Amino acid sequence: MADQILDAKGLNCPLPILRAKKALKDVPMGGTLQVIATDPGAVKDFEAFCRTTGNELVESTSEGKVFNFVIKRMS
Amino acid sequence: MANDPGRNTKRLSMIVTKGSLDWAYPPFILATTAAAMGLEVSMFFTFYGLTLLKKKLDLTVTTLGNPAMAMPMFGMHIGMPNLMSAIPGVDAAASAMMKNLIKKKGVASIEELRDMALESDVEMVACQMTMDLFEYTLDDMIEGPVLGGAATFIETATKSDINLFI
Repeated sequence: MADQILDAKGLNCPLPILRAKKALKDVPMGGTLQVIATDPGAVKDFEAFCRTTGNELVESTSEGKVFNFVIKRMS
Repeated sequence: MANDPGRNTKRLSMIVTKGSLDWAYPPFILATTAAAMGLEVSMFFTFYGLTLLKKKLDLTVTTLGNPAMAMPMFGMHIGMPNLMSAIPGVDAAASAMMKNLIKKKGVASIEELRDMALESDVEMVACQMTMDLFEYTLDDMIEGPVLGGAATFIETATKSDINLFI
């Protein structure tokens, strides 16, 4: 279970990333944030976001049209 | 902007020259996203881009000079010929349609993105010369932008990893 959950369903680029960035601030270092989104572009975007910011994308899955990401806060 | 030499921060700078609803998106989307990804961001607003700093935004799109513009309607995409812009009400209708789509598709409004850019310390510079040219003062603008000129931008650009002209 993630430390925090962000529901970004229905939001389009770049809102899932922007909201996730905001939510990560409230996650303790080493803790996790789960993001639930429906924007298919978010798959590549969360990979890029994590690579650039030094956070760890520990999970990226999809179920139908819903995408699920788990980010471990490392920075 | 922090000038700490120990910090390994990438920088993005942009010149924002356009003030229509469609062209307002690229600079604000990139500014907010870059800031979220840890970059230092500077936006230089000049000519019609200054419009995007006004307190109250009333942004529109036009079919004129937009030959590739097509709107989803009746389950297909309807082209918007340049000439249609001459018909009264067409640009207003196209703008209303665009705003509806923006809301329906969960796309942020420009106001929302602009607020987020300010919240994340994106630097905004209003071009002094074009402010004079169009008779604007900082009182017409939101709080946050500072005044600057070409030299201000060039200095920022020389220190930036990415420079965009939009």
